[in-house]
Amino acid sequence: MEQQNEMKLSFPSRSANEGFARVAVAAFLAQLDPTVEELADIKTAVSEAVTNCIVHGYRDSVGTIWVEAKIFEERRVTVKIRDRGIGIPDIRQAMEPMFTTCESGERAGLGFAVMQSFMDKVRVTSRVGRGTAVTLEKRLSERSGKGA
Amino acid sequence: MAVRIEIGPELVTAYLGGEIDHHSAQLMRREIDHTLLVDKPPALVLDFKDVTFMDSSGIGLVMGRYRLMQELGGEVRVTNVSSHIRKVMRLSGLDKLAVLSK
Repeated sequence: MEQQNEMKLSFPSRSANEGFARVAVAAFLAQLDPTVEELADIKTAVSEAVTNCIVHGYRDSVGTIWVEAKIFEERRVTVKIRDRGIGIPDIRQAMEPMFTTCESGERAGLGFAVMQSFMDKVRVTSRVGRGTAVTLEKRLSERSGKGA
Repeated sequence: MAVRIEIGPELVTAYLGGEIDHHSAQLMRREIDHTLLVDKPPALVLDFKDVTFMDSSGIGLVMGRYRLMQELGGEVRVTNVSSHIRKVMRLSGLDKLAVLSK
């Protein structure tokens, strides 16, 4: 896949930045003129991944979150969301719908389920004590009459 | 204001607005629960008409209120749900749990 454009962001893991991150990614991808639905899907997936860094990766501390978005040929986009937090000991278990380590009862445990259902591909790499990286991938639909 | 609450004799309606994520859901939850615990209404309506974005934090918000209303012996209705929000809610089976009307 030949890369055509990219952007990088980093910000502290404060919950006020959840909105900033997804809107920044959406603004970057606007050059591809995605559909409203595609944009909503990507924003939602990014929001889940960033929230995971804040709620789980850095839990009670504040650390840096990195977001990297890339545009490839054939309208393929990837968004990588990375932290240097606590890491995930069992990725398979973490990705199970309704699995959550949060005890408040206010987190549905559906973050990965949303990412997987709204994106074409979700890749997770993690090392305990070192951090987690989630790469989201989606191919946008062809839009006739409007070139990228 | 991300949530406006209307208290009637039969029900409490929470008009949610803007973007629902982990950040904003905390504030909404606090407002709504305060009213529910004071007022103990037989029904809570969560109105999503002015919600422009929602991630799975919105599911947690509805599930948590569903649980609280069950404890209080009441019910939850979810209303004015856009197609994007419906798509998120469907993932959780929430469309079966709470009474979801268009």
